[in-house]
Amino acid sequence: MSVLASSGIVTASTFSDSASKLGNVIEVVAVFFAVILIIFFAAGRATGRLQRPLAILVFLGPAIVLLLIGLVIPAIRTFYLSLHGADLVGAKYVGLKNYTWAFTNPTEQQVLLNTLLWLIVAPVVSTALGLLIAVGVDRMKRQNLVKSLIFMPMAISFVGAGIIWKYVYDKAPDGLLTAIVTALGWKHPPLWILSHPLNNFLLMVIMIWIQTGFAMVVLSAAIKAVPDDIIEAARVDGAHGSRLFFSVQIPMIRSTLIVVLTTVMIATLKIFDIIKAVTGGNFGTNVLANDMWNQTFVQFNVGRGSALAVIIFVAVAPLLAYNIVQLRKERATR
Amino acid sequence: MTATTEVSDTPVIKPGGAKEVRRAFSSRTASILIIVLTILWTIPTFGVFVTSFRPGHDVANSGWWEFFVHPKATWENYHTVLFVGGSGVTGGIIPYLVNSLVITIPATLISLTIAAMAAYCIAWIRFRGSDSIFFFIFALQVVPLQMSLIPLQRFYNLGAHIGTVPIFPALHLGQHHPIVQIWISHTMFALPLAVFLLHNFIAQLPRDLMEAARVDGANHFRIFRTIVLPLITPALASFAIFEFLWVWNDLLVALTFGGYNVKSTPVTARLQQMIGQYGANWQLLTAGAFVAIIIPLIVFFALQRFFVRGLLAGSVKG
Repeated sequence: MSVLASSGIVTASTFSDSASKLGNVIEVVAVFFAVILIIFFAAGRATGRLQRPLAILVFLGPAIVLLLIGLVIPAIRTFYLSLHGADLVGAKYVGLKNYTWAFTNPTEQQVLLNTLLWLIVAPVVSTALGLLIAVGVDRMKRQNLVKSLIFMPMAISFVGAGIIWKYVYDKAPDGLLTAIVTALGWKHPPLWILSHPLNNFLLMVIMIWIQTGFAMVVLSAAIKAVPDDIIEAARVDGAHGSRLFFSVQIPMIRSTLIVVLTTVMIATLKIFDIIKAVTGGNFGTNVLANDMWNQTFVQFNVGRGSALAVIIFVAVAPLLAYNIVQLRKERATR
Repeated sequence: MTATTEVSDTPVIKPGGAKEVRRAFSSRTASILIIVLTILWTIPTFGVFVTSFRPGHDVANSGWWEFFVHPKATWENYHTVLFVGGSGVTGGIIPYLVNSLVITIPATLISLTIAAMAAYCIAWIRFRGSDSIFFFIFALQVVPLQMSLIPLQRFYNLGAHIGTVPIFPALHLGQHHPIVQIWISHTMFALPLAVFLLHNFIAQLPRDLMEAARVDGANHFRIFRTIVLPLITPALASFAIFEFLWVWNDLLVALTFGGYNVKSTPVTARLQQMIGQYGANWQLLTAGAFVAIIIPLIVFFALQRFFVRGLLAGSVKG
């Protein structure tokens, strides 16, 4: 009885606490919008030559300041630190030593190789699967159900995903994969997470599981947007079936495919949480982003961690450059 | 984006094109393949869902699929996780769910507003260098967030200096308002992608509309509020979903700037903490995981009709 009563009191206080917290949030949001509106009103009263620069300042200023503090300055600082020794403050200049370490140390070579594998497999497979589902689901009944179920992993945190996939890769009696292969007659399946190099691909499966939904949603939107007369013209010219798909539809959504591939690739390059949650980077599954974290926050070797971060940036630079060239063309035609 | 030129040549989009593709893939195998994929995609989550209803003893001794042979279900796990804690954990998970909302709602709204303003400026108040700024912001997507954590932490605690000359005061938020730090950091990290996607959408608004408003004497602030914002609602909604999911599921930013405490720790961090504390009590962890998944799923399903529309007109045209 007393237990019930006390738990009732706890619940009640939790409730009033929560209510006041959420009330504060509404206040904060209201104040934020009020400030923006007041600034808009004040800046809108400006006339003449001041008008344009003031508008640019008000619209673009906040974003630029936040980006400078949050991303640009840290990025420059990272580059600077990558040429220095282990310590955060007062480390000596060491030139390219951290980079030579990254490319010659056998452990790091494994990390680079793993990252390369991830970069090829995860984006390509998730984009391909996303495209397949986007095209195929269109004529199915209950397509919203299918789309929602495929997209669902996007809504799950990496911590949640770690718990979910434990029940697939774990040993008997928990692991579904173990149970299935045992039922199929494999008497003593290995411990999946420990089996190198297979474990790398098992981890990639989790990433693909999460990213396919994203690719599917974006690509299915693009396919629906292809103008109809192009399809008509191709049909008159005698293109049908898969030929129509591969030589007309795919080229038409090419730039979307590239955007999806780039986005997934950048996400893959920064992949960190999955590795951390499932293997912690052990058993030969480490990748750049996780190793960067380990070097910086576990080994406290800021110089090496920074060098790995710069390698990550350089690795996607060509892809970014290609995207920017495409964007430039598009902005020019506007 | 290229679509601006292409679509204006062919403004009428009939649904027939998609039909032809459908026919190309109309074989039964394609449907079956997709059904198999959907089942494969759902099974891992379903397994955890089932586990969360099983008694602890069953969970420790058999796989979740055994539930269908020996069905034994209980609400006990959810009751423990939500209200009690148990196994060395004090207190239920509810305050942490509230923290997640307190972090996520302002972070999403603030980043969306600032990104939309920047995107409007880049698209419609063109000036020397606006192109370069746009590409630069796009390229910032690649900066690994982990590298920003230490500099940002120093900035919040010490302010900014050039040499010894202070150019920005220390904010000293960590002690009493760690959540404000979390909001600002999430806004920073969301901006590159948000500006990029919203720009693509805003840039496609009809030029005539904008010029007509200018001729009528509306200034940029008025145009932004009364014309642009209402027209880009689908894009805002679809990005809001993404941002909500990212912030809700984030662990790193919340831990770095908030640490573990009942005032500011979100549910993901609590869950991660529980993995250590509950140890062998996986039935409780799975129930906790499901509680943490439910709210983003509700948000996704509630807003998903905007989703496709928003992305459709956004960055993604062929």
